[in-house]
Amino acid sequence: MTLTNEDLRKLLEDMVYIRTFEDRLRINFAAGAVPGFVHLGIGQEAIMAGTCFNLQDGDTIGASHREHGVLLCRGIGGDRLMAELYGRKTGICKGKGGSMHAGDLAKGTLGCNGILGAAQTIINGFSFAHKFRNDGKIAVTMFGDGAANRGEFHEGLNFAAIWNLPTVYMINNNGYAISVPKSKQNKMDDLSARGAAYGVPGVQIDGNDIFAVLEATSEAFKRAREGGGPTLIESKTYRWRGHFEGDPDTYRSEEEKEFWKEKCPIKRFEKYLLEHEVMNQAEIDDVWKMIKDRVDGHQKFAEESPWPTEEDLLSDVYFYDEGSVLA
Amino acid sequence: MREITVAEAIREALAEEIERNPEVIVLGEDVGAFGGCFGVTAGLYEKYPNNVLDTMIAETGILGLSLGAAYSGMKMVPELMFADFVTVANDYIVNQASKNRYMTGMQPGGQVAGMVVRLPNGAGVRAAAQHSQCMEGYVMHCPGIKIACPSTPYDTKGMLKYAIRGNDPVLFFEHKLLYGVKGPVPDLGEDYVIPFASADVKREGTDVTVVATQVMVHKALAAAEKLAEEGISVEVVDPRSLKPLDKPTIFKSVRKTGHLVVVNEGCRTGNALNEIVTLCAEECLDALKGRVVRVTGPDTPIPFSPKLEDMWLVQENDIIQGVLKALD
Repeated sequence: MTLTNEDLRKLLEDMVYIRTFEDRLRINFAAGAVPGFVHLGIGQEAIMAGTCFNLQDGDTIGASHREHGVLLCRGIGGDRLMAELYGRKTGICKGKGGSMHAGDLAKGTLGCNGILGAAQTIINGFSFAHKFRNDGKIAVTMFGDGAANRGEFHEGLNFAAIWNLPTVYMINNNGYAISVPKSKQNKMDDLSARGAAYGVPGVQIDGNDIFAVLEATSEAFKRAREGGGPTLIESKTYRWRGHFEGDPDTYRSEEEKEFWKEKCPIKRFEKYLLEHEVMNQAEIDDVWKMIKDRVDGHQKFAEESPWPTEEDLLSDVYFYDEGSVLA
Repeated sequence: MREITVAEAIREALAEEIERNPEVIVLGEDVGAFGGCFGVTAGLYEKYPNNVLDTMIAETGILGLSLGAAYSGMKMVPELMFADFVTVANDYIVNQASKNRYMTGMQPGGQVAGMVVRLPNGAGVRAAAQHSQCMEGYVMHCPGIKIACPSTPYDTKGMLKYAIRGNDPVLFFEHKLLYGVKGPVPDLGEDYVIPFASADVKREGTDVTVVATQVMVHKALAAAEKLAEEGISVEVVDPRSLKPLDKPTIFKSVRKTGHLVVVNEGCRTGNALNEIVTLCAEECLDALKGRVVRVTGPDTPIPFSPKLEDMWLVQENDIIQGVLKALD
């Protein structure tokens, strides 16, 4: 695929946006401002930004609860996402979903799911609808190496294969299912090889290389759009933080974490941009500054937003509630 | 009025809704050319090959796909071959379908989950412990789901059509023993729906209220006939949907008779109709003139041997004894 300088700049902005947003969540969670559980995607930005870059309006993506970044890249609005994570009424889900359920289907984003990997089956409904309506759109699901061991992987991928659905399965393999290393979960080094068991093409890529992500998703999405059915993509990556904020993270060595921080997907992309004279250092610094201001705005919006009320507590259970009409 | 069976009523409802909305999809294990394990969908695939789809034996895959398509605005009608199998895919009922509207704050795009899961319910076909249960009690606790459990062809057709036109997820319980039962249904072409939360008084009476569902409605009506010979006037109320529930009709009947018996085929502990006992204790205790009686299956798995299964099942005489106990 060919990328313009404008495309490259957009990709940098998206990755920096994810990093800055997530880092702000880290700081404010530690300060007690963000309730509940927060799972950060720091270190996995290239997968999210690269995948969303190749999605079109009308496509659907269902990711896991580490992928706030997908929501940002799909344009659901950082103000309303931050407010959601703060549990405020102005949140994208009125503060009823939170980090583990935030999403906006109107923007083709099934959102996060508290049940790891559940989107592996649900996503097929979206691709089924796309295929039934013959609208040329596709559906993508992202999940971790841990959730790839759930039965949903088998039933979902098999359904997509047999019904030739335009679903793309993406395993974001960060090496750990919460605390358990991949070596204690799979005998196979290459999870993408599982595709063969379903008659589905499988490809393993370096998930910290944005160009690899762009190439693999471009090819898989094209195949799906053209009626070629599903693809399984395994992206090797690493999460810098624990499974959730507050995770003591005793199961990984400092050396290992440092090793992977050296492979930072953003640093690596910036190096490319500098070497190929797409952007200079001052321009890159401006991107970070611009994004910081943007996230400052999100935080301010969330902090100044009202809390939900008792009316919100009891509403939205049913689209139409015959029982309450009777009462 | 013409008479058709419950199975025919379901088939007509599905065909009419597909005709009305080409995005109605019937899917499940063997529902296609085979016509369904109980023959309910026979002939539909031949007529609507794009709307009637065979699946793999994969209950989580079936409900997951149905839900995603329902979120996309399609009307999905998955069949799970036996109601018992809803436990296999329970995540999609309890954590997904029931909660999406609330978790998304009913945002535009997060408002619809038009999935009607058809569930062949109940015992009496010698299918033993894992193919015979009444599952409505297991799922009633979950907010955000609707539960239908009709007892006649007329009710089944009207409620299924209503369910498919709605935007909330519905667990639609069809009792296996009722598939062959006939009853009056309006002529083809006469479109009608029956909204949920509309209980039906199947027999009027003055001495005792019997609230029953599905096969138990028919057994309660037979019991009422016998009790009438003894001079006892029984009112039989069929809630038709358990969630949402038509409370006013039930309270009105209990206030009239002053006695309540609930009859449901499922196990006793956590029985779906225990909720009705609780509601009446909360709302009409002043009107109750005697103890409330529950007539249910025992707290055991359902046995295979026909001799044992018949003992396990609530029979007409159990209902008669229950009524006498309530009036004692």
